Amino acid sequence: MFRILTLLSFTLLLSGCSGNWGWYVVDPTTPTGMTNLKFMASGAYNTILMSVTAISISVVVGLLVALPGLSTKRGWRMFNRTYVEIVRAVPILVLILWVYYGLPTLSGITLNVFWAGVLALALSDSAFQAEIFRAGIQSIARGQYEAAQTISLNYRDTMRYVILPQAIRRILPALGNQLVYMLKMSSLVSVIGMQELTRKANELVVVEYRPLEIYTILVLEYLVLILIVSTGVRWLERRLKASDTA
Amino acid sequence: MADPIIQMQNVSKFFGDFQALRDVSLDVANGERVVICGPSGSGKSTLIRCINRLEAHEAGQITVGGTTLTDAPVDLEKIRGQVGMVFQQFNLFPHLTVLENLCLGPRRALGLTDAQARDRALMYLTRVQIPDQADKFPRQLSGGQQQRVAIARSLCMEPRIMLFDEPTSALDPEMIAEVLDVMTELAASGMTMIVVTHEMGFARRVADRIVFMDKGEIVEIGTPEAVFTAPKSPRFKTFLNQILNH
Repeated sequence: MFRILTLLSFTLLLSGCSGNWGWYVVDPTTPTGMTNLKFMASGAYNTILMSVTAISISVVVGLLVALPGLSTKRGWRMFNRTYVEIVRAVPILVLILWVYYGLPTLSGITLNVFWAGVLALALSDSAFQAEIFRAGIQSIARGQYEAAQTISLNYRDTMRYVILPQAIRRILPALGNQLVYMLKMSSLVSVIGMQELTRKANELVVVEYRPLEIYTILVLEYLVLILIVSTGVRWLERRLKASDTA
Repeated sequence: MADPIIQMQNVSKFFGDFQALRDVSLDVANGERVVICGPSGSGKSTLIRCINRLEAHEAGQITVGGTTLTDAPVDLEKIRGQVGMVFQQFNLFPHLTVLENLCLGPRRALGLTDAQARDRALMYLTRVQIPDQADKFPRQLSGGQQQRVAIARSLCMEPRIMLFDEPTSALDPEMIAEVLDVMTELAASGMTMIVVTHEMGFARRVADRIVFMDKGEIVEIGTPEAVFTAPKSPRFKTFLNQILNH
């Protein structure tokens, strides 16, 4: 991970020597550069908070939508299909605009920028989470359900103690993917004025007018965040595998 | 029959157009050991899976311990509470330790405390002769040990009836004996058992009655001496020749 970063920064610095780059705007050795960098990094808190809140909600909603999709009853399955198909069809940017500007008119509830962003991100992601959970749960062998039935476990306990712990281990890589996706999609919430990484970069570009350097730093910021997430998910996968069989 | 704990009357079961059970009637007395044999696809597994409603029969009536099987959850609960089952593929919960596999049912379905469940689990692990494997995961055990854990898991629910669905068919030859020994010991303790198996030596030693099934019907039924020394139906004769002389 660090090797990739070093290589990338090195390439960028070298090309800076050719005179096309104006690294002074983000040069940590100068007071202005340091201030600018701090300003850009200050968006990270909101990016992370928004993504983590949204993914926590979407995992729960996704599971609640996935379960009816596995029902033997047609009506429940219809609910699942309808939800997934409709939510999945809305572009995430459109959903953000709709929730922020449209929902207050419809419901009378006005959400602040943060919660509007979280709601839109969570809603959009929940349809994908639902599909991931459904696939994960369906991959668990029928014998596991049967064994649970023969020791008199009810549906809730069967899911909670037998099926979901195994399903979650299997879908962990996919859940990690969704978190990465969420971190990136949260940049779209900048359009309604959320002060996150992308918004900060945009504001700095307006002042400094060095888009190449500033957006390059922005790319690196996302890269660092996402590499941290990937490493974390890999670690979790290894840890769970240590106490489990495939 | 004096005291039938299981009564099956004219039970039929279809899988699509295929009739897996044709008008099967069988009574099993309290404490009786019944071995069911027959060629593959003869309906023997389906028959015992109907007893605890892992499969729902379409016609006929099944009564277990005085409760008639219907779709009503109350009846199902009552019956499943009395009937334990051991599967060909063990169906242990791979993400739980041996002890956790055993404690889950007693804790969640019977409402035992952790300590009570643990004591009971260790008692049954001792009975199947693997008390020292309590903290291992299923995949760390041999097939024979896994199947004995599965037997102990069922026994922890203290059922009145134990169903065995080809319990040794997935085992290497050298592990079959250790599982059959545990089953023999269980039979000697007075447990009502219905065993689907090809182990004719076990059948001869342990069974009170042997049931031979073919094409979804009970073709022949009788004590081991009677059916082994003088099988009446030609189909049973052929079957015995095939499995005893290979």
